[in-house]
Amino acid sequence: MKRIDHAEASSKFIKATDHLDFHDKRLWDLRKKRDRVSEALPEWEELRVLASAIKEHTLTHLGDYLEEFERNAIANGAQVHWAKDAAEHNQVVLDILSAHRAQTLVKAKSMLTDECEMRPFLEKRGIVVMETDLGERIQQLDDEPPSHIVVPAVHKLRTDVARVFADTIGTDRKNSDVHYLAESQRQHTRPYFLKADAGMTGANFAVAETGTVVVCTNEGNADLSVNLPRLYIACVGIEKVIPKIEHLGVFVRMLSRSALGSPITQLTSHFRKPRKGTEMHIVLVDNGRSDRLAMPDFWYSLKCIRCGACMNTCPVYRRSGGLSYGATYSGPIGVIIDPAFDLRKYGSLPFASTLNGSCTSVCPVKINIHEQIYKWRQVIAERRQLPFVKQEAMRAAGKVLSSPKLYRAAVETAGAGVEHLPRLMMYSRLNAWGRQREVPAAPPYTFRQWYLKNRPLGADK
Amino acid sequence: MSTRDDILAKVRAGEPPALPLPELRAFVTPGGSKLDAFRTALERMGGKVADASADSDLRGLVRKLFPEAKVVCSATTEVAGNRALGDVKAPAELADVDVGIVRAAFGVAETGSVWLTESELGVNALAFLSQHLVVLLDPDHIVGNMHDAYRDRDRFDAAYGVFMTGPSATADIEGVLIHGAQGIRSLTAVLVPPRRA
Repeated sequence: MKRIDHAEASSKFIKATDHLDFHDKRLWDLRKKRDRVSEALPEWEELRVLASAIKEHTLTHLGDYLEEFERNAIANGAQVHWAKDAAEHNQVVLDILSAHRAQTLVKAKSMLTDECEMRPFLEKRGIVVMETDLGERIQQLDDEPPSHIVVPAVHKLRTDVARVFADTIGTDRKNSDVHYLAESQRQHTRPYFLKADAGMTGANFAVAETGTVVVCTNEGNADLSVNLPRLYIACVGIEKVIPKIEHLGVFVRMLSRSALGSPITQLTSHFRKPRKGTEMHIVLVDNGRSDRLAMPDFWYSLKCIRCGACMNTCPVYRRSGGLSYGATYSGPIGVIIDPAFDLRKYGSLPFASTLNGSCTSVCPVKINIHEQIYKWRQVIAERRQLPFVKQEAMRAAGKVLSSPKLYRAAVETAGAGVEHLPRLMMYSRLNAWGRQREVPAAPPYTFRQWYLKNRPLGADK
Repeated sequence: MSTRDDILAKVRAGEPPALPLPELRAFVTPGGSKLDAFRTALERMGGKVADASADSDLRGLVRKLFPEAKVVCSATTEVAGNRALGDVKAPAELADVDVGIVRAAFGVAETGSVWLTESELGVNALAFLSQHLVVLLDPDHIVGNMHDAYRDRDRFDAAYGVFMTGPSATADIEGVLIHGAQGIRSLTAVLVPPRRA
């Protein structure tokens, strides 16, 4: 498995400055909208505490709630399947489709099916898979994974979409009007809704007491995917279970406020029983979740409701783009989930953070994201998964920082040093901090020198 | 062991020490008229509100709102359309509906949402394949917030139910807001109590 080099991968994104500037601005705008709507709710912080506690309770009783969900779903007339990994999930879906001779699948956005790489698996076996969410469809047509879990094509400008659509669905190459592009996708997708053999959604929540699959969307595509074909498949990660209908009140109030800054998604859909004469299948997927549940420091990440607020606020994510993480889940939440899937492949991701803690403070379910990032760094260092240069730099820094004498000597000479060091040393490949940065001018004296001169008399006593 | 039993055994073996389920208190959305709050919230989400009096001519209102509409399909006996829902064998037959009409079970002031299930819709796809949707809503059937909406557990016995808040929408290209993504292009709530056909 190839190691992801986040810094290297993001350098390409950073070079396209018009994209970078827009990406940064667009996501920060989502963050500001989130602030406005959350601050308008006096009970916001109380809701965060509740949401976190409900999730923690459910996860610490997950076996029971999964069984309760299964029992009720079956009583509703749905068929429940279990899959322990991505390969099993994809096979289960293929088997259901094959049993119905289904050849066309219309689907709503599901990070789980992206995580399982289901689409290429089905396409190789002759199934036509139609992503019906606009952003996800753009990414499908451009043969790229989504770069953000809520807004999959947020790294693209309208001109990029015009190019992709002109190449694939025959729109006017010169027309990058956003209304025109969106309308073209609507017209292109509609016949698929009308003719598809099967429909698919992910799940935002799975309610144990009623066996209901809850899906929060804006485009209407999930409800079209479920309410037209004769076969409906819901793919559900096992951590999506919540105990009761009343708990939806807490989560639904927070999800879209955190994600997009709107009080609710345009559609909050509750799929409980198959329509008359149709079938409903639910695939409950583990794929590493039970492993994470058993990790004392890291199980809290299973509380995630996939709102993307941590990504929108993260300075590293906003300036490096989701694709540079090389994983389905990017940004701060990805950084703490991905290493649990594959420590070697994703070992560089926990270093794609400034540890500023902003992710933690916007998280609606109070995941201690930045603390987990720091803990992953420790795991990676202990298992010697650090790249050589970082290892050597840390060893040298460790020596200097653990000795006050060495530290003072280093700091006092550093100011002078920066001015006189040859540029080759400051900005060489070995010093990652020198790339894209100029070191600020050094102050004329160190803090310690200033303090010794200015401290009040007797301060040492 | 089956995959199911494997997963459940592994989940149970990995469960962290039990933590309690918190009680939900009542969150009361402060003051003012629920009707005004509903109107403001729905308009913020791109929906429209049309005023009607108890005795107003609803068919005439729909005609005035959508003078170009050719196919009007109504799921409520309160307004007549020209496409009968009862004749529909497959939901895709509703693909040419210009205006769908439905009465919502209730509304939510906090968000401007209306609750629709298979009982209200007759054919679920009516609320998505129609180009435009007119939703009749009893002004007395508006709850305060989403906690209130989810409190009545019986509502959620429906096979299918949706909180619909304005028209379908997307902002997936450069954040430009488009109303009429894959589903309805507009939603108009008509605040009027139910009447006999």
